[in-house]
Parts: sequence; C-alpha cells; structure tokens
Amino acid sequence: MAKAKTAVVPKQSRGFFGNLSKYKEYYIMLIPGFLFFLIFCYGPMYGLIIAFQDYYPLKGIDGSTFVGMKHFKALASNPFFLPVLKNTLIISFYKLLVCFPAPILLCLALNEIRSVKFKKVAQSISYLPHFVSWVVVSGIILEFLSPTRGPINILLQNLGFEPIFFVAEQKYFRGVLVLSDLWKSIGWGSIVYMAAVTGVDPTLYEAAEMDGAGRIRKILHITLPALAPIVTVMLIMQSGKILNDSFEQVYNFLTPTTYQVGDVISTFVYRMGIQKMQYSFTTAVDLFKNIISFILVMLTNYIARKTNDYALW
Amino acid sequence: METYRRKKRTAEDWLVDIISYGLCGLLVVTILLPFMQVITISMSPAAVVNRNGFHLIPTQFDFSGYKQIATDPDFWRSYLVTILRTVLGTASGVLITMLTAYPLAKTNLPYRRGIMMFVVFTMYFSGGMIPKYLLIKTLGLTNNFLVYILPCLITGFALIITRNFFMGIPSALEESAKIDGATNLQVLFKVYLPLSAPVVATISLWYCVQHWNSWMDNMLYVTNRAMYVLQFVLQTILANGQMSDMEALDAVVIHTETMKMAALVLSLIPIVCTYPYLQKYFVKGMVVGSVKG
Repeated sequence: MAKAKTAVVPKQSRGFFGNLSKYKEYYIMLIPGFLFFLIFCYGPMYGLIIAFQDYYPLKGIDGSTFVGMKHFKALASNPFFLPVLKNTLIISFYKLLVCFPAPILLCLALNEIRSVKFKKVAQSISYLPHFVSWVVVSGIILEFLSPTRGPINILLQNLGFEPIFFVAEQKYFRGVLVLSDLWKSIGWGSIVYMAAVTGVDPTLYEAAEMDGAGRIRKILHITLPALAPIVTVMLIMQSGKILNDSFEQVYNFLTPTTYQVGDVISTFVYRMGIQKMQYSFTTAVDLFKNIISFILVMLTNYIARKTNDYALW
Repeated sequence: METYRRKKRTAEDWLVDIISYGLCGLLVVTILLPFMQVITISMSPAAVVNRNGFHLIPTQFDFSGYKQIATDPDFWRSYLVTILRTVLGTASGVLITMLTAYPLAKTNLPYRRGIMMFVVFTMYFSGGMIPKYLLIKTLGLTNNFLVYILPCLITGFALIITRNFFMGIPSALEESAKIDGATNLQVLFKVYLPLSAPVVATISLWYCVQHWNSWMDNMLYVTNRAMYVLQFVLQTILANGQMSDMEALDAVVIHTETMKMAALVLSLIPIVCTYPYLQKYFVKGMVVGSVKG
C-alpha cells in the first residue's frame, strides 16, 4: 500500500487536533457547507429562545426578559389557536384520506396499460404539475373554478344550477385544498410505487396465467402484495406528517372569507408573527408544532423500520 | 407476456382495460384542461373572455394580453432577477454540495458520522418561520440579493444523494490521481466530476426548479421592488389584479384576465422547454432517494 491514506486506516487515537491536522484538507472543504447548516439551520434553532421570552426587536435576544412557559400557556387559552389547530388536523386528515391512496390506484391502472406509448405520455403529463409553483397552480385552479369561465360551473349552469364560487365558500374550501393537492401530486407520488412494481419478477405473472388467473386476480395476488411493504412505509410516514401543513399552498388560496375553515398553523404564524409582530407568541406556536411533528416523524419512522427494515435513512 | 395468451379476450380483460385506460385518460384530461383554459384565455380577445361559456380551445386570436404584459417593466425585471438567482443559486449550490459531499464520502474521515447527524437533523427539525426571519434581519440580508442565494444554498437531501454517489466511485481512481500529485480539489473536479454527470444533473435541476419557483423569501425578506422575483410578481398580479404599491402609485397597471393568464403562460415557458430533462433526472433522483438513501 503506497498510500494508506485512502484505505481503511486502523483506529488510533490522534486526539481531536491530531485528527484535524491529519485530515486538514478534507475539513477545509467542509467549511462552507458546515457554515451554511450552522448559520441558516441551527441559527434559527438558537432563535427559538424567544418563545420563552418577551422578545422586543430593539433589545434583541440577549436583552429581552425571560418569561418561561408564559406563551405556551397563552397558546392553550388563545381563542384563535384551537380552531387553527383543528383546521390543520382536518385538512391533513382529508389529504391523507384522498391523496394517499390515489397514486397507488394510478400505479395499478398504469401497470395494466399495454400500450407503451400511451403509458409514457400519461406519466409525463401527470408529472407536469409537480414542477409548477403553488403560485401558478393556484392561479390555474382559480381560473378553472371561475364562476363565469370554469368548465365545471358552465356545466352546472347548463344543467340549470347556480354557479358556485368554490374557493370563496367555506363549504367547499377544504375540498379545493385537497383536490388541488391531489392534482399537483398524484402523478409524482406514483413514481415510488411504479419503481416497486417494475421490480416484480415477470415469471410470477406468467405462472399465474398458466394456472388460469385472470387480470384481476393477478392484480390482487401479485401486484398488490408486491406493493404492500412500500405502501405500509409510505402510510406510516405520511401519518407522521399530519401537522406539517403546506404554507405555500394554503397561503395562495386563503382569503379572509375562508379563514374560519382554512387558516392553518403556518398561515396563522405568518399573519400573527410577521404581519402583527407577535414574535414570541408565534414562535411558541411554531415550536409547539415542530416538537410534536418531530416526535411523530421519529416515531413513525421507527415503526416503519421495525415493520420491514425500510426507513427514510 | 403475449406468448401465453391462448384464450380470447375475456370480459374481465375488457373490464380491466376500460377501467385502467379510463382512469389514466381521466387524469390526463383533468391535468390538461386547466392548462388549456389558461392558454386559451391568454390569447383571446377581451370580448370573448367576458362571455359565459367554455374557454378551452381558442376561437379568436388576440395577443394584446402578451403585448400588455410585455410593456410591464415590473414583470420583465422580475423575470431577469429570477434568471439571475436561478443561475447563480444553482451554480453555487452545486459547487458547495459537491465540496461538502466529497469529504463526507470518505469512510475513514473522523467525525464523519457526527457531521452527517448534524446535517440529517436539520431535515427533521427547524427553527421555524419567525426565528429565521429575525436571523435574516440580524444578518442584514433583507433587501440584499444574497438572501435569494445563501439561506437556501444547499439541501440535506441533495447532499446525501451526492455523497452516496461519490461513495460508489472506486477509491483506486483517487489513489492513482494522488500518486500523480493531484490535490483533493483536483481529484474532485478532474476525477469525480466527469464521473458524476447523472447526480450533478439531478441536483442542478432540483436547485433550478427550487429557485425558479421560490417566492416566500421574496415575500418575507425583500421590499425593494427592483429585486422582486417572478413568482412573487405573478402572485401580486394574480391576487389583486393590479400591482398597487405605495411607492409607485403612478405605475399602477390594471391587469385584465388575459394579461394575468399571459403572465402565467410566460412564467411556465422555461419549465416546459426543459421538461424532458426535468422529468428524466427528477424521476431518477426520486427513485434513488426512495429506494435507499
């Protein structure tokens, strides 16, 4: 071995500074990336202290008074927070109910399509909304649901009903959020499942066919079982994200008339924090959400790993 | 598959075909219709747009919406700002990602696990909107072009994908280059980079799309109109129908429906033009990332 440097070096204690000097070049390369994570990811975590303070921008973090759990207690009694938490959970739950099974169904349908060309085109088109920002998607959907030009409303009118302003009505607002999320994510979400399906041994299908199995039986007994592990993992991980609302989506659809049903934690934090400058209170709200969310994700990820050694990392 | 098809098509075959083609067809139509409507409105005369009815295929052409948006200086400036941030942001992001991934791919680097934990933790927990906002203010990055680049320089996910790819490159290549006197930087750019085309393409496109579609950093940290990004200007155009800003009341433009849709279509052009590449490499990254991180 002319160069033992890159081969596995036997562990020997060189001490912290010994290590630093031996691998100096490597650590120097790490500096920019390390600083990025330190400043822009851990910096805000240090800023979480203000959730336990009465923070005043002029005094800064060091000068503001420590108030302990005051803001967390205020959170529990705040008349606006509970409806917001409820909205967040309800919308996430609806999304889980609709947007989780849809890509699996799409994957099964795509898998039954014989025409390679049609399948390719359908897949390509279904991915398209994934690459478009929520600003654009909301613009497109608002136009599509317009009371005077939207095809759905024109159909309603032709059938003798009144047109409906879907995005402005409380009854329909959550539906708009769920369906626009479905529209944006269904094709993209199916990729994971398609990858699992292409891994299935084709001789299984041939053998089943020899035994006289029809297409439905093949779906039920070969394709679905092949998908089962990844479906379980995705389901567990999705349920861990139940508190992670999508600010980018909700913000672009939300109007004051729909606050009551559509205001979620992140939009609430934005309005109360950035616009009304209640920094400490909203940081407490966000911290509360992030801690529960973190615990849920870790827990679900752990369960996923236990279920069939497949986890995020 | 065809070899074993002795039987004629059964009712079951027809049923499965109808359902699967039906579902996929329905999805394709549902995704395309809203886009068709947007394109149609963008190139129709106002009289047609204001008529009740379907607007899915253009019947009369009038490009005044595009002409009007073309004269809106805010729109074009934001387009340029967005191109600039996308190019600079992607270039610096890819560079730093590679620079960071290279040492982390060395299995014998001390404290490697600790550093990886340091990175992975940020993917699961964040300080949230307000502390980040206050930090950016403290750092003096508000109304500074760097706010579009630095706070979203790299992502943990891209870093891990790149590191995993680097770990698959045989170490013999590095060793022989080093025997020839190459430094680590030279190894990275002369040996690793040419071998890493797929992963570099994937992460560049990730960063590109992320920068192109980003608007929250603009909304939170930038108040100077000259620095607005495309998606944010688009948002104001779509939401208010007019760009009413206190500083520029004389420059208020009333945006008609056709103008809004024309702006929307123009913002989509780069995505559509690069779509084949976007799709190919995004899918690759998605599969790599999901199968084993």
